[in-house]
Amino acid sequence: MGRATIDGNEAAANIAYALSEVMTIYPITPASTMGELADAWSAAGRPNAWGSVPRVIEMQSEGGAAGALHGALQKGTLATTFTASQGLLLMLPNMYKIAGELTPAVIHVAARTIATHALSIFGDHSDVMAARSTGWAMLASANPQEAQDLAAVSHAATLSSRVPFLHFFDGFRTSHEMAKISLLQGGELLALLEDDDILAHRERGLHSGAPALRGTAQNPDVFFQAREAANPYYAAVPYAVREAMQRLAEQTGRRYDLVDYHGHPEAERVVVLMGSGAGAVAETVDELVRGGERVGMVTVRLYRPFPSEALRAALPATVQSIAVLDRTKEPGAPGEPLYLDVVAALAEAGGRMPTVVGGRYGLSSKEFTPSMAKSVLDALRVDPPPRSFTVGIIDDVTHLSLPPDTSFRVRRADGELQAVFYGLGSDGTVGANKNSVAIVGDQTDLYAQGYFVYDSKKAGAVTVSHLRFSPEPLRSSYLIEEADLVACHQFGFLARRDVLKLAKPGATFLVNSPHAAEDVWEHLPVEAQEAIVDKGLDVHVIDAYRIAREAGLGMRINTVMQVAFFALTDLLPTDEAVGAVKGAIERSYGKRGAEIVERNNDAVDRALAGLARVEVPDRVTATTYREPPVPAEAPDFVRRVTARMLADEGDLLPVSALPVDGTFPLGTARWEKRAIAQEIPIWDPEICIDCGKCAIVCPHAAIRMNVFEPSALDSAPDSFQSKPFKSRELSDHLLTIQVAPDDCTGCGVCVEVCPATSKEHVGHKSINMRPAEEHREVERINFDHFQRLPVLDRDALPHNTVKGSQVLLPLFEFSGACAGCGETPYLKLLTQLFGSRIVVANATGCSSIYGGNLPTTPWSTNAEGQGPAWANSLFEDNAEFGLGLRLALDHQGTEARRLLTELAGEVGDDLVRALLDADQSEDAGVASQRRRVAELTARLERSTDTRAARLASVARGLVRESVWIVGGDGWAYDIGYGGLDHVLASGEDVNVLVLDTEVYSNTGGQASKATPRAAIAKFATAGKSMPKKDLGLLAMQYGTVYVGQIAVGANDTQTVRTLLEAAAWPGPSLVLAYSTCIAHGIDMSQSMAHMRDAVKSGHWPLYRYQPDGGSDGKPFHLDSRKPSMPLADFVSREGRFAMLQRSDPERAEQLLQAAQSDVDQRWRYYEQLADVSRDAPASGEDTTQGMTTP
Amino acid sequence: MTDLRTRYLGLPLRSPLVASASPLTGALDSLRALEASGAAAVVLPSLFEEQVTHDTLELHDMLETGAASHPEATSYFAELQDYNTGPTRYLRLVEDAKEKLEIPVIASLNGTTPGGWTRYARLLAEAGADALELNIYRIAADVDADPREVEDDYVNLVARVREAVDVPLAVKVGPFFTAFANMARRLVDAGADGLVLFNRFYQPDIDPETRTVEPRLVLSTPEELRLVLRWIAILQGRVEVSKAATTGIHAVEDVVKALLVGADVTMLASALLRHGPARLAALEDGLATWIAEHEYDSVEQLKGSTGQQLVADPSAFERANYMRTLTTYSSPFLV
Repeated sequence: MGRATIDGNEAAANIAYALSEVMTIYPITPASTMGELADAWSAAGRPNAWGSVPRVIEMQSEGGAAGALHGALQKGTLATTFTASQGLLLMLPNMYKIAGELTPAVIHVAARTIATHALSIFGDHSDVMAARSTGWAMLASANPQEAQDLAAVSHAATLSSRVPFLHFFDGFRTSHEMAKISLLQGGELLALLEDDDILAHRERGLHSGAPALRGTAQNPDVFFQAREAANPYYAAVPYAVREAMQRLAEQTGRRYDLVDYHGHPEAERVVVLMGSGAGAVAETVDELVRGGERVGMVTVRLYRPFPSEALRAALPATVQSIAVLDRTKEPGAPGEPLYLDVVAALAEAGGRMPTVVGGRYGLSSKEFTPSMAKSVLDALRVDPPPRSFTVGIIDDVTHLSLPPDTSFRVRRADGELQAVFYGLGSDGTVGANKNSVAIVGDQTDLYAQGYFVYDSKKAGAVTVSHLRFSPEPLRSSYLIEEADLVACHQFGFLARRDVLKLAKPGATFLVNSPHAAEDVWEHLPVEAQEAIVDKGLDVHVIDAYRIAREAGLGMRINTVMQVAFFALTDLLPTDEAVGAVKGAIERSYGKRGAEIVERNNDAVDRALAGLARVEVPDRVTATTYREPPVPAEAPDFVRRVTARMLADEGDLLPVSALPVDGTFPLGTARWEKRAIAQEIPIWDPEICIDCGKCAIVCPHAAIRMNVFEPSALDSAPDSFQSKPFKSRELSDHLLTIQVAPDDCTGCGVCVEVCPATSKEHVGHKSINMRPAEEHREVERINFDHFQRLPVLDRDALPHNTVKGSQVLLPLFEFSGACAGCGETPYLKLLTQLFGSRIVVANATGCSSIYGGNLPTTPWSTNAEGQGPAWANSLFEDNAEFGLGLRLALDHQGTEARRLLTELAGEVGDDLVRALLDADQSEDAGVASQRRRVAELTARLERSTDTRAARLASVARGLVRESVWIVGGDGWAYDIGYGGLDHVLASGEDVNVLVLDTEVYSNTGGQASKATPRAAIAKFATAGKSMPKKDLGLLAMQYGTVYVGQIAVGANDTQTVRTLLEAAAWPGPSLVLAYSTCIAHGIDMSQSMAHMRDAVKSGHWPLYRYQPDGGSDGKPFHLDSRKPSMPLADFVSREGRFAMLQRSDPERAEQLLQAAQSDVDQRWRYYEQLADVSRDAPASGEDTTQGMTTP
Repeated sequence: MTDLRTRYLGLPLRSPLVASASPLTGALDSLRALEASGAAAVVLPSLFEEQVTHDTLELHDMLETGAASHPEATSYFAELQDYNTGPTRYLRLVEDAKEKLEIPVIASLNGTTPGGWTRYARLLAEAGADALELNIYRIAADVDADPREVEDDYVNLVARVREAVDVPLAVKVGPFFTAFANMARRLVDAGADGLVLFNRFYQPDIDPETRTVEPRLVLSTPEELRLVLRWIAILQGRVEVSKAATTGIHAVEDVVKALLVGADVTMLASALLRHGPARLAALEDGLATWIAEHEYDSVEQLKGSTGQQLVADPSAFERANYMRTLTTYSSPFLV
């Protein structure tokens, strides 16, 4: 029997692929991997169980995937898809149809939280529970082994029963857990199926030779009966599942049942649950039974049709009380679904009922540990036991939570090793640990498990790896609580986080240290020294960065740390481990080239010699302490709540600490001082030309520009730099360009765009990257002073220049986006131009994650407390969501004006006239109107008229706010296109900003319809064969939509101008912003050069379409020159294209020729378009009102 | 009928006209055109170890950037079956050229590490190359570098490759040695079967507008041939080795001059890039005519006849005879 160490997604995808012919896919976390694997296998020609290569197709949404799935099934093919969360919700309508037509099908779901008060990418059952009424059978897997086995059972049982199956397992905990599993081989797999079932399915397919009609509309006379006609098929499902499970057991020896009981044969207290939590409960039950307690558990595998009889049969007759755990929340229900099902199953049998209570656990991957499981079993002793409880949180509001027994631990197997690793995403720690798990899993008899925790930042992300190795099967479905080994791959972490929290007494502590074993002690903070002394830790150091550098690996310390780990454990003899690591290097990197393998092997050879044990003193000698997560002057909420999350203590925050409705304050990112840059830009005012380019391109708002009167220097520190500001308007002012040293990610984009170079030293610019260590302290002082500078009057300089826009305060700062992100400069600029008077609707994607993922968020406010009001609804509905905001704003304004007129006598005619006639086309007008509204509100407070309060509530509607609808290309081109199109056609005054990275960036680089021809992306591994959709052109067809295409690195002035025009256009506007991305395979410090090339080659022409014809009566203005660079030159510099040129030069050449022809033809068409004159509507107002006129 | 045959690196060639490494020898179609026009052999463009390394590291960096850093994306690129970063494409060119051409195919290698030189030399030989040309390109910019050690590096490198492969070995070097004659003999002693004189270092240029350094390819001119002529003449009869004259061979006269001083072959790149592969046929005709008109029988007879041993005034070659050059130089500005 073959074994492999893989994660749950791969385990399930293997089966789905082997037993399918058509797969319709769409990326969504945490299920994306399944689709990616299927697509890659199909592209590589891997056959399914019958020898044919399945067709895998990416759709525009999960709704589309379900529709295509339905079609494929109706033709009698074996079809499947993968999804999660919102994706599953989008599939529901088709799922009802597919089930109603009794069609064999399987959907594999990595179960994930549905967005409610917040989005969560993590795991619970809220998505699958929303599908429980669709008529699909539902089968739950609890770990990667089951994800494989029950995937196979699902495919077999759906064919024999004709009822479609939803096979699910817990997102992340199972989908992303690496585990050693026994593989199902082809023959074993086919033995689960009956050929006749497949033939029958084929036979039922739609054929014109023997046509049938399906999908009729039925009337009250027969619909009901027809619906009941399927009953026998549902009644047969449990038998079909049992039969498939039986065959699986015959083939493999692994036995499953519809429900499985585990525990004391005469248990009195029993927990019922499904999913990965079963592992933690099983360990708990075993521990308690060993201690003499009569406890047990039931794991539900078949959830729909609910196996009532099997459940009753599984429970020992001795059971007195049952706790049913649901990993979902159904507010307002008498209980969560599994609980109600269990109650119904027991009640319908009649006779004596044990006490049954329900509780919630594990929402959004909340940890569920044995101590929590024990608290549930303990609660069943209480008479009556608590109902509708929660476990795993502290509920100090409704007091439903059970107190966990934190001292409780289950016995670990002899010889088990638990290891925790703290690293950075960029240092390769996770990759190395995945390799280590695979090495031990594949090369020893030990069981191995790996689970990886990431923070929510994209730049400087911290990773924590939890690895277990044991001679016994690993059931622990939770993070390590007491580690035998802790490895800290970044020395800097010791000053900021408690990395030794999980170290158990006597544990080994491995730290990557620039300090030698003799010196390292004095560099540890008090808390670390205390933990080492108190717990008696065995400390080892290795200077992994030095070794990696010497081996030519730069900052990638993964293999060095991996060798050190093996050397400090006895999982494998060291020489075998070294050989195994080298083998893993060959497997992981061999395809990339011999050089990589050699360098890593070199690092391996150097690593052993670099490992040194530290003589630990017997007492603490340090005097410095860990840095607090936020400074003392942070606002109350940040200190009380945000700081706890930053300190890895978010789990301990009680219910009362959190907003009830998902509403959070702005501007929290500024309090999280991450200091992740190795180098930061330092300004040389001597040669600065005041252009503002460094500031406009800074993706993190870490380069600030301000202009001020010389008197502002009176209190400045000596190190603070400034220069006379070159300006007609403010000739007596000074200019400072200042770096925010703790917020800069060191991406270097600012330096690359700086046009000012020294006359004496070419290469020395007005802004230069310098070692952060040498400059951070001084720049902290300078930045502190910079923030105290007076804010320049917004009207002091015109906004339509780069310089003029960059002296404006950004209200989007220090996001967690990737270093060098190509999207964020646009958002920052947007807030500089209009931030204090905009409402932002943000589609789900990268921008909603770096824009709205806790703990800290970048959208912020000005000194008056005004700023962008931001909300994320969903992925697919963002345009509609933004339109709703617009409609509400408009209605509030209309209502306010109506009431204002009615109450004119009370309010005062002058104020009313001023409010109604206000010119709010510029900032100053908006500010004046705000003052008037404040005055109005004050006057209304004194009023006794009943309408006054109503007017006060809508008075803010008198201030002109603009709505910006922001999202990526996945939203605008694909999943949200229908809505976007409708909103653009509505004529309403909304502004749409598409951050076009030409790929689904957030989920890891899948192709969208914005992906250019000839580029490689996931789901387009052979290079995308179809051209990019021209979204701008489609919008222009309406003739009423302002459309602009911009690229800040190619023409920053045009970018500023386009955003200003788009905002000013009283109807809908669409701005397409070229956004470089790490998924382009480029050096992100060169982002702006790539934008220039994109424009120069004609890949991304710059233009503005002004429906009113602008100044010359010609609506379409080409703002970039005729392409002067062959497309080949542009594509050869980007990995996404260059990969194809290497892997398949012939196809690359064909696609490139086609892509060049796309460029040429588009340019010719645009040139013609630029010549078209158009009768301009009388005014923008007319254009938007009279949508029927051209 | 004039006999144009010659031998180079022990390989019998139909004429002394060899297409040296250039973009024209990098693709099968143009290789075929070169053969059809009469190229006696082709030298493929260099396989640059540095380039292979750079491509590999760049790919690795691209695939690792952002990978395993965020829960939503374990990677940002699809895993491909083959990235072809290594020398695979080059080796395929060697194999294809060998399969499609009748004339000898000489592979060229520019290594950077001792391991790289030998590893790639072996791979090129296994791919079927008739001979290897080691393209050694080193700028000794380090002020602490000892000249003898620099020279030893060259010699050791040739020796190591010689040990690794059995195919004939040519060494292409630049002229910047204090005592090139000695250097040449040391290279031959280390195992070189031929010397290709000289490697033409592409000198970087400065763009005064942007004040940046710009690599700029300038095709060679016939004037550059004279350095080559001098050294081939000097080595003629003193170092027994195949000699290829490269850099500055544009016209029939250039070919003749190179043969007269002792070259076994002449290598062309700039002339072919400028005039196309058909230039070879014209040169071959011209060479045959020149030989006939000057009453030689064959290239073999012509080879080295004006070499340093045979010329009337050896000092013209041997000394840096700029004195004479200066004194006989005429210019409209000299009165």
